[in-house]
Amino acid sequence: MMASSYNAKDEDGHHPGSVGSGGPGAVKSKKPDNTAFKQQRLPAWQPILTAGTVLPAFFMIGLIFIPIGIGLLVTSNNIKEFEIDYTGVDMFSPCFNCSQSYSWNSTSACTCSVPFTLDQPFESNVFMYYGLSNFYQNHRRYVKSRDDSQLNGDKSSLLNPSKECEPYRTSDKKSIAPCGAIANSLFNDTLELFYIHPNGSRIAIHLVKTGIAWWTDKHVKFRNPGENNNNLSIVFQDTSKPVNWRKPVYELDPSDPDNNGFINEDFIVWMRTAALPTFRKLYRIIQKKKDNMTPTLPPGNYSLEVIYSILEKRITKMKTQIKMLRFTVFLRSVYCQIHKLPELSMLKKENILILFFQLQNLTFISKFYLLFFCNYL
Amino acid sequence: MTWTNPLTLLRHGWTRHWNPDRPVRTVVSNLPFEDLKKREQPNRRYEGNAIRTNKYRLWSFIPMNLFEQFHRMANIYFVGLAILNFVPVVNAFQPEVALIPICIILALTAVKDGWEDFRRYQTDQQLNNTPCFIFSRKQMCFVERRWKDVRVGDFVRVLSNEIIPADILLLHTSDPNGVCHMETANLDGETSLKQRKVVPGFSSLGEPFQPQTFDSTVVCENPNNNLNLFKGYVERPDKRRTGFGIDSLLLRGCMVRNTDDAAGIVVYAGHETKSMLNNSGPRYKRSKIERKMNTDVLFCVVLLFFMCLIGALGHAIWLETFSSMPSYIVPDSNGNYTPSVLAGFYMFFTMIILLQVMIPVSLYVSIELVKMGQIFFITQDVELYDEELDRRVQCRALNITEDLGQIQYVFSDKTGTLTENKMVFRRCSVMGTEYCHEENVVVPDRKLILEVDRQMASIQTGPYLDFFLALAICNTVLVSSVTAQRQRVRVNVADLAGAERVGDVLRALTHSTKTVKGRRSSSYSGGSFHNMRQWFRKCGLGKVFTSMKFFKRGGETLADPFSIDEDESDGFHSSDVSDAAGGLSGSEEVCYEAHSPDEAALIHAAKAYGFTMMERTPHYVTVKLPDEALLKFEVLDILTFDSTRRRMSIIVRHPHTKEIIMYTKGADSAIMERLGNVFSGDKIKCVEQWCGWKAVCFSLKVISEQEFRAWSAVRQEALSAIEEKEERLMETANFIESSFTLLGATGIEDRLQESVPETIQALRRAGMQVWVLTGDKPETAINIAYSCKLLEHEDLVFTFSTSRKVLQCQLTNASVPEQSLICVSQPVSSGKLGCIGLVIDGPTLSMAMSDELVELFVELCKHCRAVLCCRVTPLQKSAVVKLIRQKLRVMTLAVGDGANDVNMIQAADVGIGVSGQEGMQAVMASDFAITRFKHLQRLLLVHGHWCYSRLANMVIYFFYKNVAYVNLLFWYQFFCGFSATAMIDYWLMIFFNLFFTSAPPIMFGIMEKEVSDSTLLSLPELYKRGQHSEGYRRSTFWIAILDAFYQSLVCFFIPYWTYNGSDIGIFAFGTPMNTVSLFTIILHLAIEIKSWTAVHWVIMIGSVLVYFIVTLAYSAICISCNPPSDPYWIMHKQMADPMFYLVCILTTVVALLPR
Repeated sequence: MMASSYNAKDEDGHHPGSVGSGGPGAVKSKKPDNTAFKQQRLPAWQPILTAGTVLPAFFMIGLIFIPIGIGLLVTSNNIKEFEIDYTGVDMFSPCFNCSQSYSWNSTSACTCSVPFTLDQPFESNVFMYYGLSNFYQNHRRYVKSRDDSQLNGDKSSLLNPSKECEPYRTSDKKSIAPCGAIANSLFNDTLELFYIHPNGSRIAIHLVKTGIAWWTDKHVKFRNPGENNNNLSIVFQDTSKPVNWRKPVYELDPSDPDNNGFINEDFIVWMRTAALPTFRKLYRIIQKKKDNMTPTLPPGNYSLEVIYSILEKRITKMKTQIKMLRFTVFLRSVYCQIHKLPELSMLKKENILILFFQLQNLTFISKFYLLFFCNYL
Repeated sequence: MTWTNPLTLLRHGWTRHWNPDRPVRTVVSNLPFEDLKKREQPNRRYEGNAIRTNKYRLWSFIPMNLFEQFHRMANIYFVGLAILNFVPVVNAFQPEVALIPICIILALTAVKDGWEDFRRYQTDQQLNNTPCFIFSRKQMCFVERRWKDVRVGDFVRVLSNEIIPADILLLHTSDPNGVCHMETANLDGETSLKQRKVVPGFSSLGEPFQPQTFDSTVVCENPNNNLNLFKGYVERPDKRRTGFGIDSLLLRGCMVRNTDDAAGIVVYAGHETKSMLNNSGPRYKRSKIERKMNTDVLFCVVLLFFMCLIGALGHAIWLETFSSMPSYIVPDSNGNYTPSVLAGFYMFFTMIILLQVMIPVSLYVSIELVKMGQIFFITQDVELYDEELDRRVQCRALNITEDLGQIQYVFSDKTGTLTENKMVFRRCSVMGTEYCHEENVVVPDRKLILEVDRQMASIQTGPYLDFFLALAICNTVLVSSVTAQRQRVRVNVADLAGAERVGDVLRALTHSTKTVKGRRSSSYSGGSFHNMRQWFRKCGLGKVFTSMKFFKRGGETLADPFSIDEDESDGFHSSDVSDAAGGLSGSEEVCYEAHSPDEAALIHAAKAYGFTMMERTPHYVTVKLPDEALLKFEVLDILTFDSTRRRMSIIVRHPHTKEIIMYTKGADSAIMERLGNVFSGDKIKCVEQWCGWKAVCFSLKVISEQEFRAWSAVRQEALSAIEEKEERLMETANFIESSFTLLGATGIEDRLQESVPETIQALRRAGMQVWVLTGDKPETAINIAYSCKLLEHEDLVFTFSTSRKVLQCQLTNASVPEQSLICVSQPVSSGKLGCIGLVIDGPTLSMAMSDELVELFVELCKHCRAVLCCRVTPLQKSAVVKLIRQKLRVMTLAVGDGANDVNMIQAADVGIGVSGQEGMQAVMASDFAITRFKHLQRLLLVHGHWCYSRLANMVIYFFYKNVAYVNLLFWYQFFCGFSATAMIDYWLMIFFNLFFTSAPPIMFGIMEKEVSDSTLLSLPELYKRGQHSEGYRRSTFWIAILDAFYQSLVCFFIPYWTYNGSDIGIFAFGTPMNTVSLFTIILHLAIEIKSWTAVHWVIMIGSVLVYFIVTLAYSAICISCNPPSDPYWIMHKQMADPMFYLVCILTTVVALLPR
């Protein structure tokens, strides 16, 4: 009927919530459907927290955590780690000279050697990290200062990098490849490891420089421009090297074309900016001996040769000592059966303590609840 | 939401400028100008009939909608932030991305608005294209056109049952008496017919209407929204003026009834019609929680400010520690380093951008969605559905659902809200003798019938006859025939089997005894009431038998009394049925269309005594007497009812005696004060004793011919006046309505609605104060108050109806020893506290609300358990509501059904309209519309409680969620030199709030069920939680914030300790954190959820799944799409790492441990 379609109420149409007037079929009842959903009577599970349900739940959680905690503790005990500080702030440090006498334009690198002794053998693969403290790779403007499409081999970005790279975008009217502050500050100390045989001879330990970056980074995210052109110097000919670098990007590893240019793994590792100001990055891998009989690094005397580069003022007039940059090298090996999961070894004592703290907590809280409910009842 | 079309504004502006020059509107016929161009039309200045209620046009949609949306502070904030992103010094990662959330929010709202607007547009189109008949000069007849073609000055014909396209001045009808009936249900919901008359002088009998001969000018007032007021005159070419009023105007949107066709000239069209001017959109109310929430949003802003300040200071100090800049501090493009203080200053803004999520972006949108869901469920509630009226509960205000859960004061109207407003004729008093009647039923009293018969037989006149004649004709009831196509269900009970009849008698008997008992229990300690009770019992119990006897005597079919008893709920309606069955007139069934239920009750009572009004035209009223004789009175004038005089009169010429008689009907006080000679003291006394019932007195006055003629002249003059018409009419009415002779009085009872006492008890147990505000007299109100358990017998009742000074004394005295009174009443009422009732009447109330007494009054009211205000005007009702609302700072709810409650409904925080007998005005003004008072219980106790706790929990949760998430970023600032680095990918951050964690809280807000409805109904005390705002307090807010801080600390520092010193990258570090906080946030909600349905499971698990799917997909695809945080393969790498899972589990458990 007309009456129902012409309705003063409906005319302003403002009420989507209100039930519209009957419409043409005024006969149709407006009675709401008596369904469980519309009447809010859906079958519901109403967990009621009582001492009887809460306590077993807590104990169960606790029980689950105990084996995990134990497992982690064992793993963590199997990790051997050795840390060498070569910052060279200390007067008696062998690198003191290098850290003091640097100059921007010096062509000859400063070299120092740090002797150290391993008391225990390092077995299995040994991972060699370099560590930096108080280096804020996570600074906002620093993080931004890169061009991912340039690194991905994009030709146009190569010659015209993103504005984010400023002020490390161009030099001498040529675009910088790789541009940006991150690349510019690439860690370029060279570290070498020598085993000093008891008979006095120095045996260089073979350090593997590939396999340290993520597979996806190396093969997908980072690509050299110019597809299959093996001559990188031609590909990069219109670009300039980052201002702090000693050599252009296509000379990062001239010996291995698969590790040169943007896909140099040291470079890739550096470009994955660290989350925290104290960080380490994988530098080399010392592969275990083939025979499996002798440890990778037997106990004895070693020497770390550092070719100091002028990457950073190691000692500036810091107002607080905390701010000082610290350079370290870590040797770490995982000696256990589950070295399929080497990352597990990251878990450190603190975390295991937390786990136990947690267990303590659980039992404490269970007791508390028990008391509470007893009183309540 | 209140927003006026700029066009309308413009139009208003234009008319305002224009008004002073032309206070009236002049309309002439369009016909002579039909061929002229538009510019030369005399009526060109007036609006056409096409209407447009949609706000936007296609081209203006986007700018106008945006403009409207930016009226919201929150939206401006977000746009401000988005703009901030583009400021270069702020160093946003990707400024464009920052636009996404605000764009999504704006787009969602725009789509919603657009859809609503489109719906409006469609309705408009449908209306504008409705066919109608317009007179065309070329074809010399009415041709079919569209509504939108109608212009002011056109002649329009409307057929029976058609809708009137514009406001039309009635010039012709098919009715020989020049009458046209219209139904205004579309306008005000009243289903009764309104009678409209042709403008005097134009009702040419029988002739076809010839518009081309219309050469007069219509002068009337400018458009206004008063539906009951219209005045103007028609000026003939010979300068003769004829006045007309609202009774000649057919209103747009109404339907013509009982008249084959009607025609007239259009005076107002389109937006200027009275119905359109009355059409205002819903008001925008802001709920209590929302107001509170807004302050909490401000707290969040303050918190944000401090966090940014810390960031800025931190950054400046951090930079200060370097004497020379290390290589990770990037200089600007010129190679210079910004000074640390300036850098800190810039950092402040960068921080705002980073931590902007602190202010819950999606909160406002989510709240709107949640409220829509809540409203959906309220309207779907089958318990709030009324079978009889086929009506659900209506939610007209969309944003105050949760206020239903916080009501502290309930203000209720009495008539129609607590009671049925179906009047039942209960007793009458003629010549000082009382006659009482059965409840629900108009069954004539035997003694009275005898008296009437005696007079009929002997003298043909007499007070008894006059009394019933007055009953029958002194009203504005219209008679409509069955053929009027009214859709009404009639119960035909005439063919009931004999056995059933016996059962009915028994049922009726038990029912009446029950009600007698009920009555007795509701009595209070007053001597008069006791008497009445005795009296009631006597007549109440004997009734059925006497009525049976009577009907036998009257030669009627036996079915009558039973059929009447059968239909208990519908007092006067059932007498229709009895008519049909009994067939008083044999052939035609008479149907009455009454303006008010009292009139209906009275006329049906008269009919029951054999005085049937058969027909009413503007000039004649025909009444059938018990002896089947027809009396045709010539109606000389009708002085209609108004609320100031509180009486109406009809002046008729008696067909036999040719005397001019004025019958007047009115409230007892309105009649008593104007009686010429006091009939008998007894009668007055007895009227006063009828405390339970509405008393209507009837009186008579015989007017001499000369007197009438003199008066009539004055009256005519007043009628055609344009200025001060009302005042002058009132004057004339008051002049003639004096020195009456009292005929008798009737008592009309209004029955309580079902389960009103239970509802009031429940509301009270729920901690609500229930006040009744009524226009009725104190005695009636008190009686109802007792029967609906508002007042108890043990209650101490103060009645204030005294002069000013005494009142002052009472107030000062009463409020001071209040406590001692409570102490005294404590042992008496066996533990019930504060059982004090206050009864106050209108005049006293206005004194009590005067400045010097108002504080005392409010103080007193606080101690009263029940307050009853009688004889209050609509304005006072709203004043009381406002007073309590402002002085006590409480949440108020007003419930009412009539036009007199509109003020009150609008003044209260929550207005509830009862769609009852008195039209739709209250419903139109209300926020929620229910059909029965008892629905209030479920609406408040169940839905109110649910909505409140749901929304409160959801809002708290939203704050918690955002703070917990933002703090992760904040803690990170301590480890990145306060450089505003985010370790979480920006897109994932946005998605986190928009998609991953938005659905669960919305579902929580719509579907959470803390306590089942049956528990809520059986324990109304649970409602108090909402009243005291326990669900959402400042403390709850801060606890939630603290909780958020704790959880974010855990979520940050456990991964931090895990990865500190390792070779983790920034975004690889952020991924577990993001995951951990997702788990924490979802599980936090899982702990809050008290009842899990399938929907809960799906949404909760779905959210987590969506997170993993989206993140995995995103980090599989995005190699260099979002520098610098290209998340390529990070998630996969992380998910291949057992550490990730360990961290996730550990952190989540630790974070939620305190819960």
